[in-house]
Amino acid sequence: MPGTKEIRSKIASVKSTQKITKAMQMVATSKMRRAQERMRLARPYAQKMRNVIGHLTEANPDYRHPFLMTREPKAVGIVVISTDRGLAGALNANVFKQTLMLMREWQGKGARVSLCLIGVKGLTFFRRLSVPILANVSHLGDKPHVKDLIGTVKVMLDAYRAGELDRLFLVNAQFVNTMTQKPAVERLLPIEALDTEALQEHWDYIYEPDAAGILDGLLMRYIESQVYRGAVENVASEMAARMVAMKAASDNAGKLITELQLIYNKARQAAITKELSEIVGGAAAV
Amino acid sequence: MAEAPTIHVDIVSAEGELFSGPAAVVFAPASQGDLGIHPRHAPLLTLLKAGEVRVRTPDGEEHHFFVGGGALEVQPTRVTVLADTALRAKDIDEAAALAAKQRAEEALRDKAGHITIAEAQAELARAMAQLKVLQRLRKLRG
Repeated sequence: MPGTKEIRSKIASVKSTQKITKAMQMVATSKMRRAQERMRLARPYAQKMRNVIGHLTEANPDYRHPFLMTREPKAVGIVVISTDRGLAGALNANVFKQTLMLMREWQGKGARVSLCLIGVKGLTFFRRLSVPILANVSHLGDKPHVKDLIGTVKVMLDAYRAGELDRLFLVNAQFVNTMTQKPAVERLLPIEALDTEALQEHWDYIYEPDAAGILDGLLMRYIESQVYRGAVENVASEMAARMVAMKAASDNAGKLITELQLIYNKARQAAITKELSEIVGGAAAV
Repeated sequence: MAEAPTIHVDIVSAEGELFSGPAAVVFAPASQGDLGIHPRHAPLLTLLKAGEVRVRTPDGEEHHFFVGGGALEVQPTRVTVLADTALRAKDIDEAAALAAKQRAEEALRDKAGHITIAEAQAELARAMAQLKVLQRLRKLRG
């Protein structure tokens, strides 16, 4: 019987692949939930930060921080967040496509573009292009920490302060829902007008030591928290994309197994029929 | 007014909320020296240095939180601590920035030689896709 053994071992191998993809799917599901929770936890900090900064800038109109001033865009920095690992569908490819579009747009306007890359995939993709990469951090894991991002963000903020960058953008995969993640571009610098609600009543803080120093510290932390949020959101998107990709892989493996099983049964049946006819033929000869 | 006045305290960091609730008094390590904040304090904004934030609840219980730095916002009825999760100082931040720069430079330098695992995986995936197409073609032809 030709082939039945090969088919059987093929079925076994597809089954074990299916086990792996199923396990990956489940792991991604639980990691996605946790990442979503972290996204939620990061929200009050950013909100509070916006309120305080909004009030500060409104109360001190004479002091203009460089992060709040719009300059003529001659040089643009882009922070690109990507995943460290693959098997996440078209997630990274979409983010890179969006980034390339953004780069082309600014290059078309005559601006220099430089990058800051977070994640292994982004590094491997963008280092083939002849675009300066100012900073890089990878292997943040499933639980990114602000502490791992400070240095990378600081490089970009320092470049902005020194006038080497006039705009700073953040590109990451936005988590819309489990099925949808789309690349999102956000302007980090200069900071867009902040919501300034409770400013009808005129009161001001006592500043210790001075408003400028506090504003500088707050703005830096605000940008960092924005990048952190982007990183966490990217993890949630990665896990969601991987979950969907692995579900598709498991389903395909299931289909493949039924197909192979059918072929196997046919081959087995053919072998039995052949054997039978041989016996019958042999008996007739006697 | 029989009840002692309280002040609402929120301690939040970028990675999560640490505390939220009423307090009788809050102690915080401000950059200019430690502060004790009672209810109806004047609005104040200051940066914090690394240290301990202590919250004494109305029933006398004390909660301790370590902050690596951050900012403190005081309004008459509420206190917000924007805590840093990381310990930071100018030279620590500087070193981290330098490391990030170096990583980028290194990555650019071995553009030519050196294949990383991620790239090898990408190559492998491409080869596997090609194989699959070949197999499918062969199947079609018979």
